[in-house]
Amino acid sequence: MQQKDVLPMKPEIADKQLTVKPVITGSEAVIRSLIAEGVDTIFGYPGGAIMPIYDALYDFQDQVHHILVRHEQGATHAAQGYARSSGKVGVAFATSGPGATNLVTGLADAYMDSTPMVCVTGQVAAALLGTDAFQETDVIGITMPITKWNIQVTRAEDIPAAMAKAFYIARSGRPGPVLVDITKNAQFGEFEYEYKKCEYIRSYRPIPELSMEAVADAAALINSAKKPFILCGHGVLLSGAEKALIALAEKAQIPVGSTLLGLSAMPVDHPLYVGMLGMHGNYGPNMLTGEADVVIAVGMRFDDRVTGDVGTYVPNAKVIHIEIDAAEINKIVKADVAVHADAKPALEALLELVQPAQHSEWLGEFRAADKKEYEKVQHRELYPEAGELKMAETIRLISEKTKGEAVLVTDVGQHQMVASRYYRFKNPNTNVTSGGMGTMGFSLPAAMGAKMGTPEKEVVAIIGDGCFQMTLQELGTIYQSQIGVKIVILNNNFLGMVRQWQQLFFDKRYSSTEMVNPDFVQIAKGFFIPGKKVTAREDISAAIDEMLAHKGAYLLEVVVEKEDNVFPMVPAGAPITSIRLE
Amino acid sequence: MQKEYTVTVYTEDRIGITNRITIIFTRRGINITSLTTAETEIPGVYKFIITVLSTREKLDKVVGQIERLIEIHRAFVHEEEEVVYQELALYKISTRSLHTGDIERLIRENNARILTITAEYFVIEKTGHQQELIDFIKKLEPYGLIEYSKSGRVAIVKWSRRFHEHLKELQAQEAEHGL
Repeated sequence: MQQKDVLPMKPEIADKQLTVKPVITGSEAVIRSLIAEGVDTIFGYPGGAIMPIYDALYDFQDQVHHILVRHEQGATHAAQGYARSSGKVGVAFATSGPGATNLVTGLADAYMDSTPMVCVTGQVAAALLGTDAFQETDVIGITMPITKWNIQVTRAEDIPAAMAKAFYIARSGRPGPVLVDITKNAQFGEFEYEYKKCEYIRSYRPIPELSMEAVADAAALINSAKKPFILCGHGVLLSGAEKALIALAEKAQIPVGSTLLGLSAMPVDHPLYVGMLGMHGNYGPNMLTGEADVVIAVGMRFDDRVTGDVGTYVPNAKVIHIEIDAAEINKIVKADVAVHADAKPALEALLELVQPAQHSEWLGEFRAADKKEYEKVQHRELYPEAGELKMAETIRLISEKTKGEAVLVTDVGQHQMVASRYYRFKNPNTNVTSGGMGTMGFSLPAAMGAKMGTPEKEVVAIIGDGCFQMTLQELGTIYQSQIGVKIVILNNNFLGMVRQWQQLFFDKRYSSTEMVNPDFVQIAKGFFIPGKKVTAREDISAAIDEMLAHKGAYLLEVVVEKEDNVFPMVPAGAPITSIRLE
Repeated sequence: MQKEYTVTVYTEDRIGITNRITIIFTRRGINITSLTTAETEIPGVYKFIITVLSTREKLDKVVGQIERLIEIHRAFVHEEEEVVYQELALYKISTRSLHTGDIERLIRENNARILTITAEYFVIEKTGHQQELIDFIKKLEPYGLIEYSKSGRVAIVKWSRRFHEHLKELQAQEAEHGL
């Protein structure tokens, strides 16, 4: 089903709003607040404490499309996928108690990966709070450390202001998830409804003021650099700073490496793009952090998977850190120049002050490293001639056949690293993955959300056999709501990344990592989703064509080499420059 | 190096704000040794005064993460010498000991005072730094200390003027936004 357009309010409602304030229930206020915030898609699951809201939703089905998921965790990941691909705030509904606790993983994931999301939970009536009532849980207490903000509303008249604040907080500054917990009495209560968007909270400064002094200091460092290196993070995408970043890189001929979540900010085929940073990133951009003399980190937080051993990270570089969240500056890596700002205005200001430069020798070092990685690793991964199918060649084919233009939604583990390494992203916001949390089971529901958020794009979920079995019930949602996602299971009958570590660091003691798997194609068939299983190299290309040609959802199981490893890799806690090619 | 620091946090008046602040210390395994909170002179703005044993480096990060919370205005770490502070203690003593010799002198010499007297007990109040207040327990012990209760730290920051001006500006801004 295609996503519905945002329809104008029913005329009688619009009229009412202009004249007198309508007296409505808290539940209706929730739905009207969502419409006022431009929401047209909700992922959710009803239950006792949120029934009044679902009842109100019934009258607004022409304006708000509710996707009934199969598990509340799926609702959160779908909302995340929706937000990450479309740039809009994702919305999820759940009931109290177990419904609310099932949101926890998705909230934590969205918090780590700065994803704008508003979750609305039902709650027992205010009079029952704290009494261990049926399906009562302290969801505010539980989600406090994993939400950007949360609030419990116990009176109907407080709903519009709470919803307005929730959306403002979720989408402004460094985005994040917000939870609004609404007691049942507040849902039933009636009041004079009026909605005012929130644009100001006195204790909250989402957009820091750009310090031109800091920009000048940064420009001076860049202008004197012999080996400057840009580290592009998720903040570049969130800020819409892709063009500014590329312009800066081009003007001063600075190579750009990307974090896992920064992928797709810069087209992979751009000559200054040098690859992915981190544990399973590319050889050059990791190795050469050791040589860089000025590092320009933009909208990233120096995750330990990116830095390796912090003590030996960027030993020869002055660090410029452009970051919207003050708490990230100096948290892991000390900034020589901290530009506490939104990435886009900061990069635009920097562009003015940075002198054109050539760093051909320095860029040559990246090309040489790239060549080395290609010869030692990539070639045999991408174009194997014998042996079992490889994850990398599958990704290469998908990348070629979608022209790098699909929204790639990956789960967590080997397949995620391989997909992130080899998919040749062309357009911003086409990489959706669980980075900070590393939530297995993320991608199937996230892909549904991504497809709802960007129905015009091809959405391909790349999933491991382990991950798939964590949230496969969402196939039911995909069927019921006719969401046209392509599902590719890279099946090695192992929890591959854990197995790889067991092989390398635990003497091949494969403790609880081998999987005896079901017939995935049959499972899809059970949900009326067509599919195919491929085991041979000569069949893979045609199978991908068939999948992409199919209108609607399709599941492709690719049986890949059982004990394949992802290289390069950096052992956990080792210097990032100790990256191994084999 | 670990030492005692005072952390001050200016917050909005919101249910659960204490929890939001303390879990940030908890996450890093920092024990809060005292916590005092009350409304400031600006209605609706609360000040938390928290003492902890930790390192400056850790606390600078903690304070950054506290400031990130939506309902926090600002948070600061202070070295011992940056704050003027007091704590308050109450001591409940058996009234029988009033008749034993020199308790009056003890109260006088230690700048303490008697708050109330009943037939069974009397209550002494003393303000000072933690060690003085604890030392005073020892001095009172011979007289039969029944109960002791001490507050957390109340502190004034030596350089705090500008921030309080900022808080007043916020009130003006609020009016501007029609809130």
